[in-house]
Amino acid sequence: MNAGAMQRALTRMAHEIVEANESGNDVVLIGIQRGGVSVAQRLAKIVSDIWKNPLPTGTLDVGMHRDDLAAHAAPPMHPTVIPFDVADKTVILIDDVLFSGRTTRAALDALNDFGRPKKIQLAVLVDRGHRELPIKADFVGKNVPTALTEKVNVRFKEDDQVDEVVIEKP
Amino acid sequence: MSWRHKHLLDIESLSADEIVTVLDTARAFKAVGTRAIKKVPALRGKTVVNLFVEPSTRTRISFELAEQRLSADIINFSAESSSFKKGETLKDTARNLEALNADMIVMRHSASGAPHFLARFLHASVINAGDGAHEHPTQALLDTFTVREKKGKVAGLNVTILGDILYSRVARSNIWALTKLGANVTLCGPSTLVPKVFEQMGCRVTYDVEEAIRDADIINLLRIQHERQRKTMFPSLSEYTSFFGLTKARLAKTKPDALIMHPGPINRGVEIDSEIADCARSVILDQVTNGLAVRMAVLFLLNGGKGPQEIAI
Repeated sequence: MNAGAMQRALTRMAHEIVEANESGNDVVLIGIQRGGVSVAQRLAKIVSDIWKNPLPTGTLDVGMHRDDLAAHAAPPMHPTVIPFDVADKTVILIDDVLFSGRTTRAALDALNDFGRPKKIQLAVLVDRGHRELPIKADFVGKNVPTALTEKVNVRFKEDDQVDEVVIEKP
Repeated sequence: MSWRHKHLLDIESLSADEIVTVLDTARAFKAVGTRAIKKVPALRGKTVVNLFVEPSTRTRISFELAEQRLSADIINFSAESSSFKKGETLKDTARNLEALNADMIVMRHSASGAPHFLARFLHASVINAGDGAHEHPTQALLDTFTVREKKGKVAGLNVTILGDILYSRVARSNIWALTKLGANVTLCGPSTLVPKVFEQMGCRVTYDVEEAIRDADIINLLRIQHERQRKTMFPSLSEYTSFFGLTKARLAKTKPDALIMHPGPINRGVEIDSEIADCARSVILDQVTNGLAVRMAVLFLLNGGKGPQEIAI
């Protein structure tokens, strides 16, 4: 996926989000650290432009809620910043890649500590399959069939000077 | 991001990168303490033993709360009410605790090196919560965290540690942590309590308190450790106060943005004027808050990693 394809996918996702939700103060975006944060910022900009209303956006680190903590070295921590009340809101959780679904599960748990949203939706730029949990995205940029051994790298201009999605073979 | 240790026994054996990893991780855990629900499931199902062979209030409470906020199960073990009174050795006590499948042991002991001794034969992770006059690593980490939080950096700052250095594990751990991160450390106090040999650790030793604090960005005051002193190291407490106490007159001659730190418990009117302890430049209570975050970070980091990247001690 090159920069143009990424932008088209994000634009379509933003329109689907707009179609599925009423404009107003009840929708918030939360990007999962790290890759989901950039996707959330891009989507927030497009949706805010359509609604002519800035969309509250936060970030969530799920490291403390992972189910594999004892199996790996402790993950690095990134800021969790949720500068609004999530209670009774429609929270759209955002990640760059949906894979096993375990990060999403950890995010649902982590989010629970901040309040009880009215509804949680999931938006991902890339769905690469291989789910290990009963989790499904509401908004998908692109479905990419992959082998388990492959790696999906999503890069953003903000961090990597280029917008692209590449699959690395082992 | 680098953390490859099974135990936290001292600061001396940590690299600057590893210290920064703890501080960065602690920042995330400090944020948890500001939420409505201050608990995360990171240590769910793990058992942590608080083995406090030497009495402690604030460190023990801080560790206990840190463990609870990480959802660990806790066993508290103190010298006054334990089998030590019945003649059991430290090794046997620790082996018994491990037989209960303890995953981590947080230990305070009056003998230097006691946690290193346990770490040699236990499968559980050992955290040193203060061993004799040797080290108190989590105190140094929380002090460094507080310095970095308040000043935005550690490198290049002038830090003066004032008081009983000789008998202070806090001083030793702080000297290691601060010098590894590039701070300029000055030690000051009565010559009997601040031997010149500390210069070998990379810091400056002076006996002129006003000169010691004049250019300091941080003034870290230490309590006189009566319980460790085998003989009288200075004539009287009031003489100590008049020569080395942080009084308002002395504070007036420091940098206006110099911060006052103290690991507690403070002795008002001895090493610090009562009013100074409560003034805006005192970050003594921030240290307590940060201690909780730093201890959560240490427990979290030690819990991770049974993989090949792990090394013993």
